[in-house]
Amino acid sequence: MNKKVFLGALTVAGLAAGASAAATLDDVKARGSLKCGSNEGLAGFAAPDANGVWQGFDVSLCRAIAAAVLGDAQAVEFVPLTSQTRFTALAAGEVDVLIRNSTWTFSRDTDLKLDFKGVNYYDGQGFMVRSDIGVSSAKELDGTTVCIQTGTTTELNLADYFRVNNISYEPVPVATNAEGQQQYLAGACDVYTTDISGLAATRATFENASEHVILPEVVSKEPLGPAVRHGDSEWGDIVGWTLSALIAAEEYGVTSANVSELSANPTANPEINRLLGTEGELGAMIGLDKDWAARAIAAVGNYGEVFERNIGEATPIGLARGLNAQWTDGGLLYAAPFR
Amino acid sequence: MSTQNTHPVAYVRREMLDPAAPPPGQTGVIRWMRENLVSSWFNAILTFVALYVIWYVLSGILPWTLNGIWNATSLNDCRAIRDARGLESAACWAVINERWLQILFGFYPTDDPLLARLFHGEALAAAGGVDTVFNGGLNATQRIEFVSAMKNQTSNGLILFFGYWRPMLALLLLVVAVAPVLYSSLPRSMLLFSLAYPFVAFFLLWGGSVWLPVLVALGLVACILIGRTLASRFGMLGGTLGGLLAFLLIFMNPLSFLGITGVFPLLPTVQGVFDSILPWGLAAVSSDQFGGFMLAIIIGTSGIVLSLPLGIALALGRQSSMPLIQWVCVAFIEVIRGVPLIVWLFTASLLLNYFLPPGTSFDLLLRVIIMVTLFASAYLAEVVRGGLAALPNGQYEAANSLGLDYWKSMRLIILPQALKISIPGIVNTFIGLFKDTTLVVFIGLRDPLGLTNAIRATSEWNGIYWELYIFVGLLFFTFCFFMSRYSMYLEQRLRTDHR
Repeated sequence: MNKKVFLGALTVAGLAAGASAAATLDDVKARGSLKCGSNEGLAGFAAPDANGVWQGFDVSLCRAIAAAVLGDAQAVEFVPLTSQTRFTALAAGEVDVLIRNSTWTFSRDTDLKLDFKGVNYYDGQGFMVRSDIGVSSAKELDGTTVCIQTGTTTELNLADYFRVNNISYEPVPVATNAEGQQQYLAGACDVYTTDISGLAATRATFENASEHVILPEVVSKEPLGPAVRHGDSEWGDIVGWTLSALIAAEEYGVTSANVSELSANPTANPEINRLLGTEGELGAMIGLDKDWAARAIAAVGNYGEVFERNIGEATPIGLARGLNAQWTDGGLLYAAPFR
Repeated sequence: MSTQNTHPVAYVRREMLDPAAPPPGQTGVIRWMRENLVSSWFNAILTFVALYVIWYVLSGILPWTLNGIWNATSLNDCRAIRDARGLESAACWAVINERWLQILFGFYPTDDPLLARLFHGEALAAAGGVDTVFNGGLNATQRIEFVSAMKNQTSNGLILFFGYWRPMLALLLLVVAVAPVLYSSLPRSMLLFSLAYPFVAFFLLWGGSVWLPVLVALGLVACILIGRTLASRFGMLGGTLGGLLAFLLIFMNPLSFLGITGVFPLLPTVQGVFDSILPWGLAAVSSDQFGGFMLAIIIGTSGIVLSLPLGIALALGRQSSMPLIQWVCVAFIEVIRGVPLIVWLFTASLLLNYFLPPGTSFDLLLRVIIMVTLFASAYLAEVVRGGLAALPNGQYEAANSLGLDYWKSMRLIILPQALKISIPGIVNTFIGLFKDTTLVVFIGLRDPLGLTNAIRATSEWNGIYWELYIFVGLLFFTFCFFMSRYSMYLEQRLRTDHR
């Protein structure tokens, strides 16, 4: 009896949560700000500057969504989430969208009742070792100690990869990237493994970066992307197509510098016209006005600008575009047509 | 005639000699060193080993600390300066110099209009005046650009006192409010301010309409007055019921189950009237903007203040002769104490949302304060129970034989003695509670440790560890050391047994 009552209460709570979730766009508009689940701090992806303003690659996508929906790129409340709390916080409605370098996987998309709405960064897991241990391939890592963040897909990938290749290793669990860096530098582990982007950012901070090498093997696919709750497709569309707009803008050569000029009058390229709202009514189909994409691009720039500003080769992190180049340049970025 | 004095005595000293100086080696530094440092060959060895260890540690730490670099823009900059100076190792205190406000206050908003008016009048006028910049003329992006540019030209000291005047004033008033509680030599009338302080602090820190805290305070006073008046006329039961009814009418809506809203609760209705007449207030700050060491102080102080009475009540309840009360208290203490604090914090931050009706946004900071308070009060209850158990039975019997009722005997005889015995344990719990506030980092509140992570994530300061942790450690040490010293002072003052 008691159990029934309890389950009943759970169901009611669940239904009610579903009902409230269905109108995320209205919630965001009523609140006047977007609640974006972000990393507590990851170099290049999300970090506060000295005045407390958040900057970074993931942060820019949050700002682009805020610009598209609310017309104001700074109207974002950043909710820092740990890797353990991120999905629960999204499911519980504490954030509107989760943009926290989260890997799109089958079980997260289905079992955890999330919707991943595209990929803003194609990452992959790699290994970093001190160059003096004389290892040039991940296959030679037999019998080493490995620092690994708990609660992440990297932990599972590591186990898979080493089992397949019949390599024995001893894991040293760490809670955060910062702890991992420190343990690795202090010699508590021979190998530090996390996403290649994280390894590059970490290596850039070392005093003697040349004494550490990132091994060539990339042992996993880590498509990182924005996630929303199941059951609110309208809101998911907005998130997904804002990302697509940034990617498409790069493909068509729309930048933060020329977007105001291009969106003033229809251009010769109908795809640009539909994207920037000078032709057709695409904005209305997702519950926004026709300038939504132009605002997002004006606020943060196109995908390429966001990349170069935060994690590109000119920054201390210095990542090459690699897989994250446009499909026309041999990368994987491929925005569906705006039509 | 006596002949006693006729015998001649060879020599009689008429006056005392000055005492001679002790032999050299039996005095001063040499004697102290000989007695304390090298009294035996074993002690001598220990002394020299200890001296070597101290020298070894300090020779590593002191140059690093004292040669620290205070002015740099990034970790790489620090390293370059260090190499230019030819130092082997040097702390990069520049990160503290740049970010200490963030560690203290997190992302609590500064009073930007005040800063702009005081220090950047020309820039403000150029941008269109206060109303344009801060009250809707500019959008958030333009405003943040203006504020960032302004802060980059303002020293952190000025921002501390003028930008963060609200939390600073709240802290200053906290000292004033706590002083009469801690030191009995201060006038007792100051206690009135201590009672009002929670409302003042709420208004300063969270802002919003001034009438909310004022009316809540007045409402509570009204409940107590109504209860007392009724109690003098209809007895204890009537008074309690009357007070409860008044509370219900003022703070809740007893008719909500009928679907009637708008009349009750009285509080928001009255507040609406006052707000429309005199719209006084400060800019509202939401709880998720709180952070840094300020967060530790807020959670710690509220937890300490609230958990002491609750803990005492639980301890008394556990000793109660009424079985129901006893069971409830025992169950509460054992359940709360038997589960790790971090689990309770996760419960507060994640699970409660599933069970509360949708749309209720129960403030996360409030949830955390409640959980921390409950947790500390369960521990306190056991500490106080230890004090109660240490009192000889004769004290209880003496109180009874004087004809005191339960509450009077507790208030006048039992608790003063039991609490005095428990002081070290109570302060121990408080210090533990204060340090446990750092655990909120795991539920996404920006405590000082969480902020060090965030600061480290910027590309300028990525890879910096010790300096940030030392700074945070020093902050906590200062507060905990004060608490510990105060408890020793209190024990001294309350020592009545002339040992």
